[in-house]
Amino acid sequence: MKLSGSDIIVRTLIEQGVDTVFGYPGGQILNVYDSLYKYQDEILHVLTAHEQGAAHAADGYARATGRPGVVIATSGPGATNLVTGIATAYLDSVPMIAITGNVPTYQLGTDSFQEIDITGITLPITKHNYIVGSVEELADTIREAFRLAASGRPGPVLIDVPKDIQIASCEYTPQEPVSAEPRRPAKDIRIEAAAECINQSQRPFIYFGGGLINSEAQDELCALAEKLDAPIGCSLMGISGIPTDHPRFLGMQGMHGHYASSMAMHRADCIISLGVRFNDRVTGNRAKFATNAKIIHIDVDGAELDKTVNAAHSMRGDLKLTLQKLLPLLAQKKLPEWRRTIEGLKFEERQVTDSREGLTPRAAMLELNKFLGENTPVATDVGQHQMWAAQSLSFRKTRRFISSGGLGTMGFGMGAAIGASFASKERAVLVTGDGGFGMCLNELATAVTYKVPLVILIMNNGVLGMVRQWQTLFFDKHYSNTVLNRKTDFVALAKAFGADGASASTVEELNKALEKAFSCDGPFVVDCMIDKDEFVLPMLPPGGSMDDIITKVDIGGDQDD
Amino acid sequence: MTNFTVAVLVRNEFGVLNRVTSMFRRRRFNISSLTVSETEVPELSRITVSSSGLETDKKQLINQLYKLPDVCSIKELDIVESVSCELLLIKVKNDPESRADVRDAAQAFGAKTLDYTRDSVIMRLTGTSREIDAFIDLMRDFTILEICRTGIVSLERGSDTIRRTDL
Repeated sequence: MKLSGSDIIVRTLIEQGVDTVFGYPGGQILNVYDSLYKYQDEILHVLTAHEQGAAHAADGYARATGRPGVVIATSGPGATNLVTGIATAYLDSVPMIAITGNVPTYQLGTDSFQEIDITGITLPITKHNYIVGSVEELADTIREAFRLAASGRPGPVLIDVPKDIQIASCEYTPQEPVSAEPRRPAKDIRIEAAAECINQSQRPFIYFGGGLINSEAQDELCALAEKLDAPIGCSLMGISGIPTDHPRFLGMQGMHGHYASSMAMHRADCIISLGVRFNDRVTGNRAKFATNAKIIHIDVDGAELDKTVNAAHSMRGDLKLTLQKLLPLLAQKKLPEWRRTIEGLKFEERQVTDSREGLTPRAAMLELNKFLGENTPVATDVGQHQMWAAQSLSFRKTRRFISSGGLGTMGFGMGAAIGASFASKERAVLVTGDGGFGMCLNELATAVTYKVPLVILIMNNGVLGMVRQWQTLFFDKHYSNTVLNRKTDFVALAKAFGADGASASTVEELNKALEKAFSCDGPFVVDCMIDKDEFVLPMLPPGGSMDDIITKVDIGGDQDD
Repeated sequence: MTNFTVAVLVRNEFGVLNRVTSMFRRRRFNISSLTVSETEVPELSRITVSSSGLETDKKQLINQLYKLPDVCSIKELDIVESVSCELLLIKVKNDPESRADVRDAAQAFGAKTLDYTRDSVIMRLTGTSREIDAFIDLMRDFTILEICRTGIVSLERGSDTIRRTDL
């Protein structure tokens, strides 16, 4: 049948199995919005307050499902407002399709009203991008974008569609949804060499990241741990990859990782690294990182191998398929001595874990844990609250912790939580801070409009806590521009948006507020007051090693504010 | 630090050179020479990149190139197993005192004179980068007015081609 370009865009999205898109209309994307109107029974468009929120929502949708999230925006500022959202998705390998309108082809390059070179701008933050040259190639371009976004290491793809191409028409024949490129295991010879190395190990440690979630290799990972009698740690992106209460799981690694997890990795003689990229937040000083260990590195992206650390055995391949080939080559281990070491580390961790009375950050997270269902997605912003959530929240199912790891985008959580709620059809939780919430709180309007069941827990300390922590430790307590002390009443603000809220200064109040929040139909803001000098601990100072780990801070008097 | 040359077959799409160079820029690869041209297949262009760095830099450069969807095939061109050359156009001042020396040098290198005026002479030299460097160095004894060189182009010796994989 003959369809207009804008109809083809919407029909191709439907054909690819998309049921929900996020976006914001404007001049050069009007035709697509007319088609969305036409096909509204088949595809839901969620109107956000700002394009950034729409991009984060598409991201949250994708993280919660593993399927590409779709965001639509107009040309110029609509497109540039997506940039932070696209970059966030790129750094965390999240499949996303961004569709932008642009001025008609004959006006391109003339600095027309709301014209911007969005393919140029997003070149370094997309897997690939397109400016569609004719209506005939439109449907196939969208299909190829879906294939690219989901194949190998996932990521965002942008399609820029000039207005004349949305108007022009051509023949359209629906097709089956595209499938990602076939997954391949690593080469046998490499797997065999790695197996030999692992078999000699006396203190193996398994370290996984977001790649494990993408490859759905949880069962293989757990089988590996049993076979090697090894503890398991993860990166921030790996959280919710395996159940938090898995007996071998020591928790997150890195700058604010769990003590036992970081220490075990430091003492290991062999680190089996699965779908991770050894970011500087994980390794600290690379010269002193895991000096006693041989690193085995498996990743679907060959460019991650030997990029920042040199592995003894590195191999490109799908984790699940590679582990399936690796497992039979491994001897069953029994390592009582290593186990005792791990138990000792766990004991030491308990000694340094915050056990103070009152509404401490950890107490707030433990309280929140009581309300989380096994399917509840939890999004965060970025900063102290993010680390507290990563350290203390419990997850039973995969894809339930939704956090900006690579880019560290404050303001990410609000949109992401909305997207995750649409994706999972579950009540979502946003753990945020007063700083991060302040960046994108306009999306409260979206949550209210669509009656999104959303619990927003603001860890309110009146300061930009993570930056303040660094200022306390490394900048002589010069609290430059980190003291907010704004007069914003978040509960009143929630009400002004048409939502509800409650504040909490004690654990009991927090419990009551959460009780209300988790039984509310729409969004509910819990303004949780905590002290401005709470720290995220333990902490590996930037560029430091495990010898420099900070587990206690006495901030003393003599403050600047 | 070693020098290496990589041939890259890319889809002949609008903006493909930009995609490749944008990646080099953002990952801070040190590129000494880069040439692009159409190939025996109209849908494909060939980029020849010369760079220097450690073995890990080379691996990164190749691995990062592979991630660009427009890249179809990559081959590292070993200096012994391939034929490489570059083309130089050089314009030097033509004055009576140096005229004979310039001519002798050009003859020794096999450079061809393309333009000859009272004040200037343009010569063309094809050869390895090393020969071209040497010729330019020699010309520095005289007055060089302008230099233009193409960068390296390179093909593997024998009947093997870069297009092992299909489009």
